[in-house]
Amino acid sequence: MDTVILARSFFGTSLGFHIIFATLGVGLPLMIVIAEILHLTKKDKHYSIMAKRWTKAFAVLLGVAIPSGTIVGVQLSLLWPGFMEIVGKVISLPFQIEIFAFFIEALFMSIYVYAADRLPRYFRIITVIFVAFGAVASAILITAVNTWMNTPDGFKIKPDGTIYDVRPWDAFFNPSFVSSAMHVAITAYMTGAFAVASVAAFKLMKKQSEDEAAYHRKGLLLSLMVAFSMSFLSSITGHHSAQILHEYSPEKLAAAEGLFETTTYAPLAIGGYTDPETEEVKYGIEIPWLLSWLAGGTFDTEVKGLYEFPRETWPPFYVHTLFNLMVGIGSLLLAVAGAVLLYWWFFVRKKGSRFPKWMLWTLVFSGPLSMLCIEFGWVFSCSGRQPWTIYRVQTTGEAATKASDLGPLFALFLLLYITLGILTILILKAYFKRNPVSKDLEKLSSY
Amino acid sequence: MSEQVLAILIMWTFIFVYSIFGSIDFGSGFWAMVYNRHSSMAGKIANRFLSPTWEVTNVFLVLLVVAFVGFFPKGAYTLGTVMLVPVSLILFFLAIRSAFMVFSYSVQGYRRAMFIISGISGLLIPSLLIAVLPISQGGFIERSGGKESLMLAELFSSPSLYMYVLFGLASELFLSSLFLADYSRVSNNEKAYRLYRENAILLGPLTLIAAVITLLFMSPEAKWLVDNLYKQKIWFILSFIVFLISYGSLWWPKGKRPGIGRPRFALLGVVLQYGLASYGYGMAHLPYIVYPDLTIYEAFTAKETFYSLMIMYGVGLAILTPGFYIFWRLFLKDKRYLQQE
Ligand code: HDD
Ligand code: HEM
Ligand code: HEM
Repeated sequence: MDTVILARSFFGTSLGFHIIFATLGVGLPLMIVIAEILHLTKKDKHYSIMAKRWTKAFAVLLGVAIPSGTIVGVQLSLLWPGFMEIVGKVISLPFQIEIFAFFIEALFMSIYVYAADRLPRYFRIITVIFVAFGAVASAILITAVNTWMNTPDGFKIKPDGTIYDVRPWDAFFNPSFVSSAMHVAITAYMTGAFAVASVAAFKLMKKQSEDEAAYHRKGLLLSLMVAFSMSFLSSITGHHSAQILHEYSPEKLAAAEGLFETTTYAPLAIGGYTDPETEEVKYGIEIPWLLSWLAGGTFDTEVKGLYEFPRETWPPFYVHTLFNLMVGIGSLLLAVAGAVLLYWWFFVRKKGSRFPKWMLWTLVFSGPLSMLCIEFGWVFSCSGRQPWTIYRVQTTGEAATKASDLGPLFALFLLLYITLGILTILILKAYFKRNPVSKDLEKLSSY
Repeated sequence: MSEQVLAILIMWTFIFVYSIFGSIDFGSGFWAMVYNRHSSMAGKIANRFLSPTWEVTNVFLVLLVVAFVGFFPKGAYTLGTVMLVPVSLILFFLAIRSAFMVFSYSVQGYRRAMFIISGISGLLIPSLLIAVLPISQGGFIERSGGKESLMLAELFSSPSLYMYVLFGLASELFLSSLFLADYSRVSNNEKAYRLYRENAILLGPLTLIAAVITLLFMSPEAKWLVDNLYKQKIWFILSFIVFLISYGSLWWPKGKRPGIGRPRFALLGVVLQYGLASYGYGMAHLPYIVYPDLTIYEAFTAKETFYSLMIMYGVGLAILTPGFYIFWRLFLKDKRYLQQE
């Protein structure tokens, strides 16, 4: 394999690993804040137990989020030195501010975990709000860099590569920043909530006391409400992101939709795959006019096809599949969360019946599916930009390191990620096995 | 002062702060391993400090990288290219260490593994980190066909590298023993205090000897640096005087109550000592980031970016200072935390 492909796979793997923990690192604190606030307002101790247990899981996940984040952060300079040279001149601001967000999160997280018993209750809630704020701020700030790669702004470049007329804040607030940042934050909340729902649904299927079942039902309901509203918002913000693609990165949208000819009244292709031989989408369902309407708001909006652009700058065709998977799973999850909530309203709450097993099993898969969405979305965004690292400014080949000894390092880190992944699961299992909910609930009733 | 000099000054400040906190952090990991079963609870004390602080120390490391990219992008290009292997190894050990630190806090069964991993990586990581210094002195980077790469064979056969590593490790252990001596005193554990004080007494002169040997073994390519260091000798003389005073304070009477030594004074003095010496070293290194091809002037970022970064540092510091203050109160001062069993 040549160095560039190795570097791409290496970096993509590192990020794909980091994003799992990073997303939960954004999503879980929100759930903890909500639980702490519910405990305060409803005076229901169950919520306090929830907050404690989720914090425990969060702390373990953070133990991987931080080192894996440190890895990707430094790897940017190691694998893409050409890219970082431009980043340093133009878009180092969000990286810098992100450090402050990290500090806020790290400081208050330590305080929340190691000093909670010494703090008054209201201060504990403020502390965890700071943690949640730091986490989402770091996600938004790193997204600023990524959106700048997709829609670069705030500088001029001479043909020889000299950079001048730098406007750091314009680079920060580049055209796709607001829509993507919202989409990233909201999908992280959605994923955090579905992850909690998965666990709660799984636990509800076990044999347990009525108190325990009530506890898990509360957790399930709370997480589903958050998940449902965030799913809804994620489709709105995702739709907005697609409109930005239409305006600023038409190749990416064309590749996402497998559209070759520029047309008005463009159809939306759902499913299938883009066949490189015949240059069309095979086995997909076409809904007439919809793409034009989604992209521009009117049916006669002209959507550019790939033939408008030189072939060397076409993104890979598989992004069509990635895009479809993200949107498809996202819509499915929205429907699932909505359906379960309706069932709860009409049958569980009013008639006292239980959730059927198949419904709970469906929910068990919601968390992992939501996480898959995140992965597909990112790989779509990063691969759909190919062959550019900075859209129409720097190609991936120019950005990449010239070093030749990537193979063994890649293998070493792959091993590291697999080990850490397995260990995380084992540790979480061991901890929660030794400290089951029933124990926490007993402590409660013995007061 | 030119913008470039201001930028490198800030950069050196960050490096200095991280080398102090990093030394204490990694050193505590090492001592926690050594005194794992010690009757004085010296290991426990090291660990009690480490648990809430390693995250914050880690952010400092990230800050170093980010600030360097922001201030000196061309430097990030060169170092990023040539340091691929050593820095990847640092990241690898760092990841294992951090993960195990958190895991062991959650599940008792991992305690032993964690002490060993954190102790050993507490020596390995700093050794790799300090390798940047001999590399930046020149002579270990080769250029062919527009491609820069590290001459690993030359680097590993150079005594200069090993002397730097020796100096780095001695300093790490010296600083962390002093810190833990102070931390033990604040925690009212006189037995652990005595243990760390003895370590500090042993290691103090050792760091000095290591520093002198490092200077003697500088590779021939680094002659420019040796000459420059000589010109900055005033800083090293001052540094030495401060060392003598702070070292001596380990024997001063404690004050009202019986007991020997003033660890807080000694610690702050030694930090000042390293500060003075680092300033001299930094001045001698100017204007080079990597000798002889990369100077702070060539590597400098865009002016507009520099100014917006400076503004953000001001804002960030203002926001974070109260946070650091609360943190310090809770983990380095609060008796309820320090004196728990
Ligand atoms: C739970 C995860 C999730 C879900 C359900 C969705 N997305 Fe998404 N999407 C992401 C997770 C995500 C992401 C991982 O967060 C991305 C990757 C890059 C980014 O900015 O956000 C993303 C990117 C992304 C982009 C590309 C932005 C770019 O490359 O500049 C578009 C056009 C959409 N999304 C559109 C949608 C639409 C129309 C959805 C309708 C349901 C949708 N997404 C659901
Ligand atoms: C959009 C995707 C990402 C999200 C949502 C995200 C979020 C997070 C979160 C929540 C943390 C833990 C923060 C803490 O407690 O300190 C973290 C750590 C980190 N992330 Fe990411 N991150 C993303 C992508 C990246 C990328 C691409 C980089 C590299 C440039 C990066 C660099 C880091 C670093 C350096 C850390 C460690 C900070 C520390 O030492 O505390 N992240 N990230
Ligand atoms: C955290 C979620 C992310 C994932 C899973 C991800 C995934 C990927 C993948 C798979 C590639 C290789 C692309 C290809 O070869 O087709 C890549 C490239 C890259 N990504 Fe992302 N990415 C993420 C977020 C980010 C962010 C937030 C940044 C901004 C700092 C970023 C910067 C880059 C760069 C610089 C490259 C290399 C150059 C290039 O291939 O364009 N990524 N990423």
